[in-house]
Amino acid sequence: MTSEFYREKIIEHYRNPRNYGSIEDAQIKVQEANPLCGDDIELYIKLDEEKRVEDIKFRGRGCALSIASASLMTEHLKGKSIDYLLSFTKKDLLDTLCIKTLGLNPVRIKCALLPYKALKIGVHNHLGKEISEEDLLEYEAEEETA
Amino acid sequence: MCTSQLDPEVIKRDFPIFKRRIYGKPLIYLDNAATTQRPRQVIEAIREFYENYNANVHRGVYRLSIEATEAYENARAKVAKFINAEDSEIVFTRNATEALNLVAYSWGLQNLKRGDRILLTEMEHHSNIVPWQLIAKHTGAVIDYIPFNEEGLLVEEEKDRLLSLGPKIVSITHASNVLGTINDVKEIVEKAHKVGAIVVVDAAQSVPHMPVDVKEIGCDFLAFSGHKALGPLGVGVLYGKRDLLKEMNPFLGGGDMISRVWLSGAEWNELPWKFEAGTSSVADVIGLGAAIDYLNSIGMDRVRAHEVKLTGYALKRLSEVPDIKIYGPRDLDGRCAVVSFNLADIHPHDLAAILDEEGIAIRAGHHCAQPLLNKLGVAATARASFYIYNSESDIDALVEGLYKARRIFKL
Repeated sequence: MTSEFYREKIIEHYRNPRNYGSIEDAQIKVQEANPLCGDDIELYIKLDEEKRVEDIKFRGRGCALSIASASLMTEHLKGKSIDYLLSFTKKDLLDTLCIKTLGLNPVRIKCALLPYKALKIGVHNHLGKEISEEDLLEYEAEEETA
Repeated sequence: MCTSQLDPEVIKRDFPIFKRRIYGKPLIYLDNAATTQRPRQVIEAIREFYENYNANVHRGVYRLSIEATEAYENARAKVAKFINAEDSEIVFTRNATEALNLVAYSWGLQNLKRGDRILLTEMEHHSNIVPWQLIAKHTGAVIDYIPFNEEGLLVEEEKDRLLSLGPKIVSITHASNVLGTINDVKEIVEKAHKVGAIVVVDAAQSVPHMPVDVKEIGCDFLAFSGHKALGPLGVGVLYGKRDLLKEMNPFLGGGDMISRVWLSGAEWNELPWKFEAGTSSVADVIGLGAAIDYLNSIGMDRVRAHEVKLTGYALKRLSEVPDIKIYGPRDLDGRCAVVSFNLADIHPHDLAAILDEEGIAIRAGHHCAQPLLNKLGVAATARASFYIYNSESDIDALVEGLYKARRIFKL
């Protein structure tokens, strides 16, 4: 059921999002939107000399799920290497959110994955790696990971 | 005319979808501004066509095609009568959007030139903004927008000022799909005609819900969708004054819209077929005819009376919910059965998802009216919209669901 999305943790992170704001000198700055609901997110990642996440912040507007997802994701990624960001999967994110029942509501999954899509685009752009149309669709699709 | 109140519980029995359970709960459908449900009579009419007289129209000399053509043209006559137009003034399109595009392209490209003014309002659906933006770009015409005030009403002085600039065409919604505002289109038509403008009315949210008479309004064009009026998806209607339609170039070229074709050119068919290129969605047009029969059997005055009562009840009950912000006018006479709102800091998407769990379908988002929402200063709203099968108990369930959302969000 949808209620799974609305556990206390999600609501708490929606109300008090961690790492909310922007980073002036971030190397990775990316903006993503979900045209369906008008939600948008800006993601900022500052890397240290060893290419680890020194600081990561986000801002934007969205539903509880997308804001909590961004909050939990940024918390999780702090201190991680850029290789980790690159290999970070949808399943990893949804595990962080403790969401198991994928595929039940594809519309809501898109909300949860908006920060993920921003992350992937940002990291790929930073490394000068190309993203195919297929990958882009993949970033916001449900299936497999569940 | 029957003036008794309609009984939504009786009406509901005609709609097979209400047998459906959503997560084990009865379906409470409150997204009628997006599309309505279909009664058995409409579904049967479509099935009947495919099972008994399926054929292309205006072609064959054989029995099936003759019957199909008769039923198709009979549906046109029903639509014409429904809005008090002539049969030849009714053009079938895919939807209201296509009908508006038809006017924008056929009339607009032929009549607009650089510097001409197109007048719209800030409360239009994207389908009555984007086609005009495309035509403006093509012709060099400019677009003005009549603003609305905090109550969701068009600003009178601005309306008069913008009309005094002498627009060539005015295209305006009859009833807003977000604010619920019913615009006084008759008054706008009178004023616009005085300055020589053509007037298009987007009646997608009015024709299904209240008596609409094109002669009384006096508009030059009017567009609506069948699927928002119990009809099948895939059929829209454009009404156009005969003289205007006659002068206009076709929108799409192809079969059925010509009378003769040579390698060097073609001659257009009579009205309204000039604007119906290619094979139409015949079964769906016939289904729309059945939907109109159904609405006529209830009576549009009773439909409107029911919705006014329901909207009044919804505004009263929803206002009781703490931290709710309801948009649009409070005067029920100037309001259709659409109520948009936001609840505290709960995103409309979350509200819709929580209500979905209770079997309640509402819309959450920008409702294809982003300029309008920008003006309200929000990215999205929740929206409940009612029809003949909705009852006060549906609204009670909605309110109950909002309290559940409050509990989840610890409000």
